[in-house]
Order: sequence, then structure tokens, then C-alpha cells
Amino acid sequence: MAEKTYLQAISDGLRQEMQHDKRVFVIGEDVGVYGGAFKVTLGFQEEFGPWRVIDAPLSETAIVAGCTGAAIMGMRPVAEMQFADFISCAWDHLVTVAAKQRYRAGTPVPITVRLPSGGGFSGGPFHSQNPESSFAHIAGLKIICPATPEDAKGLLANAIQDPNPCLYFEHKHLYRRIKAEVPDERYTTPFGKARTHREGSDISVITWGAMVYTADEAASELESEGLSVEIIDLRTLVPWDKAAVLESAAKTSKVLVLHEDTRTGGFGGEIAATIAEEGFEDLDAPVKRITAPDTPVPFSPPLEKAFIPQVEDVVSGLRDLAEY
Amino acid sequence: MATDTAIDVVMPQMGVSVSEGTITKWLKNEGEEVAADESLLEISTDKVDTEVPSPGSGVLLQILVPEGETVDVGTKLAVIGPAGSAPPAPAPAEPEAEAPAPETEPAPEPAPEPEPAPQAAAPAPTAAPAAPTDGATDGKTFVSPVVARIAAEHSVDVNAVPGTGRGGRVTKKDILNFIEQGPPPAPAEPEAPAETPAPAAPAPAEAPARAPAPAAPVAAQQGETLEPMNAMRKGIAEHMRRSLDTSAHVTSAIEVDMSQVVAIRSKLKNEYQSKFGVNPTYLIFVARAATETLLEYPWINGEIRGDQIVTRNYVNLGFAVELADGKGLIVPVVKNAEGLNLLGMARAVTDVAERARNKQLLPDDVQGGTFTITNPGGYGTFHGTPVISQPQAAILGTYAVVKRPWVVQDELGEDVIAIRPIMNLTLTYDHRLVDGALAGRFLRDLREKLEAWGEDKY
Repeated sequence: MAEKTYLQAISDGLRQEMQHDKRVFVIGEDVGVYGGAFKVTLGFQEEFGPWRVIDAPLSETAIVAGCTGAAIMGMRPVAEMQFADFISCAWDHLVTVAAKQRYRAGTPVPITVRLPSGGGFSGGPFHSQNPESSFAHIAGLKIICPATPEDAKGLLANAIQDPNPCLYFEHKHLYRRIKAEVPDERYTTPFGKARTHREGSDISVITWGAMVYTADEAASELESEGLSVEIIDLRTLVPWDKAAVLESAAKTSKVLVLHEDTRTGGFGGEIAATIAEEGFEDLDAPVKRITAPDTPVPFSPPLEKAFIPQVEDVVSGLRDLAEY
Repeated sequence: MATDTAIDVVMPQMGVSVSEGTITKWLKNEGEEVAADESLLEISTDKVDTEVPSPGSGVLLQILVPEGETVDVGTKLAVIGPAGSAPPAPAPAEPEAEAPAPETEPAPEPAPEPEPAPQAAAPAPTAAPAAPTDGATDGKTFVSPVVARIAAEHSVDVNAVPGTGRGGRVTKKDILNFIEQGPPPAPAEPEAPAETPAPAAPAPAEAPARAPAPAAPVAAQQGETLEPMNAMRKGIAEHMRRSLDTSAHVTSAIEVDMSQVVAIRSKLKNEYQSKFGVNPTYLIFVARAATETLLEYPWINGEIRGDQIVTRNYVNLGFAVELADGKGLIVPVVKNAEGLNLLGMARAVTDVAERARNKQLLPDDVQGGTFTITNPGGYGTFHGTPVISQPQAAILGTYAVVKRPWVVQDELGEDVIAIRPIMNLTLTYDHRLVDGALAGRFLRDLREKLEAWGEDKY
């Protein structure tokens, strides 16, 4: 065990998988010589050589299409999008080919796409999005959203070993800000098993990614007022741990669904609907959502702050539920 | 087997002592198709909670008894008709011109059922106190799903609960606190003089009211907690009282030197556990020996039926199994125990006990017993006077095996004190049928069988 940043944990996990399995290779823009825009693959080309750490041309389409082909031929590619936002260029290959190949032809497509996502740095509309919900809607793709360094490593390893296309959303705001103990050895964290980030009895917050920490700060603030908040970190959206959410909802009877993505069509709607369908008789208040508004992510720092759910937004949402 | 004509679904007989059952859930709606043996509804009796399979395939035409009602065994619950048949039109409340009911055929009106046992005592919880009346802020604006559910489960009137939520809404916490603490001490209302001391002699008018009288709403005093009785607890209460009112209970006890059984059990234990996955408990040995002894004492394995004495050439052994941490009891029956050797008995008892704890018993598993064994000795008790499971004639109690100083004879015929594992057995019998001498002989023979248990005996 050693204390690592979220970013180091991703880097270590990727390196270990590459050391362990020769079929694993990395491809992306500037991942080789430059070591990646965020330096996740720094030193990888020296260690594994240019054939396993490939600098691709500026074409997400080529990257994802190349990965899909390589995967069908038996490789285990790990693609890096420089920013998650750019994956829309590769939509067709990802959604039409990779996601459906196994269903159509029975061929596994074990690709992992690393997607640095999320805002908080005035990155503006092209460098700040959390597009996980768009892809959660596509049958055949798995959606991974780690919040802790330990999960970041274990879930990445599991994604690489999974026979299906996995979209791995790594939150840029957590890269160097979040540090925690990470096991040194190789391990996997299973998909579809939520993690109770904080136990509580009055209100449940269902969330994932960077919002776990926003929720945690809000919960700490309210703890002094005698409010006990439970935080469920979903870890993966496809598959998602319905049982854990329903169990927590049954326990507290009040649920806040929190995500950084925009509201309409966001994955929070799916969670709220499921609780309404399957946990209706456990509810003591309407399921509440706190999300970004339905706009592009603004450049302006004050506007971006207004866009991304902040601790004070969550505090007031939780208060509202408590008082209901 | 598809049905050609309408068939009735009736409340099944779930056990000899069971006379009624509660519909807990309909699994099919009116008009829905149902296959033969497909689960149609869930019922709860004092013995088991179980599903009732459809007696035929077709369409569930009509549900006659709604969820939550308790009805007698044999009561018609529903009608299943041939596939494609339509449920009977609901009797029109007002004359409707369109109703194409042929005049000749009287509409199959749901026969007014003989009003079953009075419905659960408490008044149906008023689920939602409707819309806020004329803007009056009486505080009770909305009942959330979870509060409505808890109120229904505990028969609590939501309007009586003080609300602390927004606008005085009753929150989950409010109702849970309310249930836990009981309602606040009622402001002494000048009520009907319910408190007036009852006349010394029971009013004769009350005597025939044997039916479960709709209990007056019970109020908890300071420091008390109210908890509704579940169906099983009600059933146990009724059966225990009825048994004591029926049989003339007498108990005899005997001490058994279990040395032989202990020795053989320790030899068999590993083999039974590793090969067969069952444990040869003392209870199994007692059950085997009791079965053999019962064949020699048919009256103790018998029953009084009217003015006849019933005896049998078989033994159906009931075993009292505790449930839910001692807060429930069920008596599954091992049928034809006389055909089981030690291993067979161990398997059969393990099987029914496991299924009892996992709620997987079938109605057949809890009926037809001819004799019962109860084993409170697991907790170290050395004596007891259990209550007979009606309509049987006796119940055997087995108690803790305890090492005691025991006078035995050595090889020279001299009395010496030895340490022996001793188990007490009690036979509680219905003195109407079984006399003390007969019970004594039965216990004597049972002891001899256990004390003389040989390695060749299975």
C-alpha cells in the first residue's frame, strides 16, 4: 500500500495490465513521446516501446475504429481521448460497430476508452463535459466512473479484462486533488457493485465521480446539525447497482440523486424512475435531483460555478429534503 | 388440463388444526389467464404462509375474497372459467340501458359469502386524508407512500400522529416514533363507560361470542409498546388454549442413562456428517426409539374422535421447530417414521427443520401428525410440561443430557457411583385416553430401548 493520487493510480493500473498481458496496448493523441495530455502514460513508450504506446493522428474516429479492429483480432486496446468531449467524433464506430459487434457476430470487442472528463477549470464547452449518460443509453457499452484512487486502478483493470467495450470516465478534477492508499498488487474492482462512501440514516445521496466529494463535504457540514446523510458511490453506471440504491432508499426513505452532467436525459433520471417504480412504498419524500442545468459548460469562472453543483447547492437540497 | 366449466378455488385445508386462512396477496388479476398449478394467490395461516396453486387452467373470472380478509377453510375464494370467457359484468349500480344481460340468465352475481370472521380488528387505516379541505391548514396535507404503508401495517390512523414535516406533514420518523412510544395519553374523554368494572359473573350473553371478538382498540400505557400479533402467533395462541381446554393434560417423567447412545453417536457422527451431511443428534435416537415404542402402544399414538378411539399402524412424528429467535413455532411432520432407520430419520428431521426455518414447508408437511416430540433441552432445561398438539394423545419432551453421579452395579454386583450422561424424558398425555400406568410403561420401554442401544441397531 502506498498513498497515490487518482492519476497515479490510473497510470499504475494501466502499466500493470500492460506488464501482465502483451495484448494490451495504448493508443491516443500524444500518449507516446509526450506522455499524454495529463501525463498518465509518461514513460510508457520507453518501457513498452512505440508499438505498444502508439501516437495516433488527430482523429478520434481512427483511434476508436483502429481499436475496434484490433480488438476483433484479439488485442486488448486502451484508447485515450485527450478530453472526453472529443469522443463524439468516434460516435459511429463506437456506437454502431463496437457496441453491437458482439450481438451481431458474437465477437468480443474488449476495448477500453479512457475519457478525461468533468469541469471545474474553466475549460469551456469542449473540455469540461461529463457525457456518460449519452453512452449509458447505448446497449453494449459499459460505463465506468471511479471516484477514488483505489477504485480508479481496480476498475481500469477490470475494464481492460472485460470482453466488452468499456468507457472509462476519469474525472480531471480528481487527478491530483484526491490522494489515498492504493494496493500495490494487481487487482480488479467488479462492475455493478456500489460503494457506501458514507453511512447515514436520514437521507441517501446517490452519486458518482467527483460529486462524491461534493456530497461528502455537504454531509459533513450537515452532520453538525444532526442530519445523518448516506452517500452511495455507484462506481459504474452500466451496470448499476440497483439493489444497493433501493436498499439505501428503503433505509432512509429520502433520496437525492446528484450528478455533474446536465439534467434532461441524465442518468439521474433513470435512478429516480427506478426508485419510483420499485421503491415507491419506501419513499417519504419525492426523489430529488441536483444536476447541471441544460446548457453547455460555460467558460466564465462564476458561470461555471453556477453550472456545476456546488457544496452549498447540495446542502440546501439536503436541507429541503430533511424538512419535507 | 384446461377447464371446460367454471371451477371454484377454495381456501385449502392447511393442517388438521387450521380452520381459517388469510388472503395475503392475489398474484393474478380478474380477467388474467392462469395455468394449472400456477401460483394464484398467497395465503397465511397460523401454521404456514404459502402460495395456492390454480386448480385448473383458464381465466380468473372473479375474485370473491379480497386481500387481507380471513375466511374459513372451504370458503370459495375465486372462480376460474374456460379460456376466453369474460368476467361477469359488475352488477350495474344503476340501470344501464346498454347492459346486454339476457333476461333469462340471472347475472352471476357474486353470491353473498357468509360473512367471514370479522375483519381484522382495527378499522382500515385511512390511507390518505384526501385533499386539504377548503384550504384549512389542519397540517395533514399529504401522506407519503412509506407513511401510508407503515400506517397500514400497524393499523395506525395517520391523523392521530403529530406531524413535524413541512406544513405539519407526518414524516416516516413521526409515525415510527408514534408507534414506538404509543399514542400520547388520551385526554380523558368522557367516553362510554368502558372502564366500569365488569359484573362479577360473566354476563351470559357474552358466552356464545367465541368468535374472535373484534378487540377494542388497545392503547399502550406509558412505557409500553404495542405490536400486532401475526397470523402465526394468533394461531399458536388459539391452539394452545384449545388444547388445554380439550385434553386432560398429565405429565410423567423418566431419567434415561444415555451412555450407549452417547458412545454410538460419537462413533457415527463423523461418518454421518462427512458422508451424508446430517448430524445424528440425540433427538434422532429418541425419535427412532419412540417410533418403535409407539407401535407397541397404539393408544399413545392414537386419538379420540367423537366417542371412538382411533389407532394406526403407522407413526407420523411431529417435531416442534422454533422460528424467528423463539418467537414462532411450527410443527412439521415426518410421515411414516416407522419405515425410517437412524439415517433416514436424521435426514427427514434435518429436511423438515430446514424447510421450516426457510419457510418452504408445504401444507402437507404440517398435517397428519400422530405424535409429537418437542426438544427444549437444547437450552439446558431438564423438565417441562408441553402442550399436546391436537388432536393427538401425547407429546414427548426431551431435555438436556447432563452428566450426573449415578448408582450402577459393577461386575461383582456391588453398587458403585459412576458418572453417566442422563437425559430426562417427559410424556405429557391426555388422561382421557391414556392412564398413568400406560404412560409409565411406555416411558419404561422407551428408556430400555435407549439404554440398550447396540451398535448393530440402526
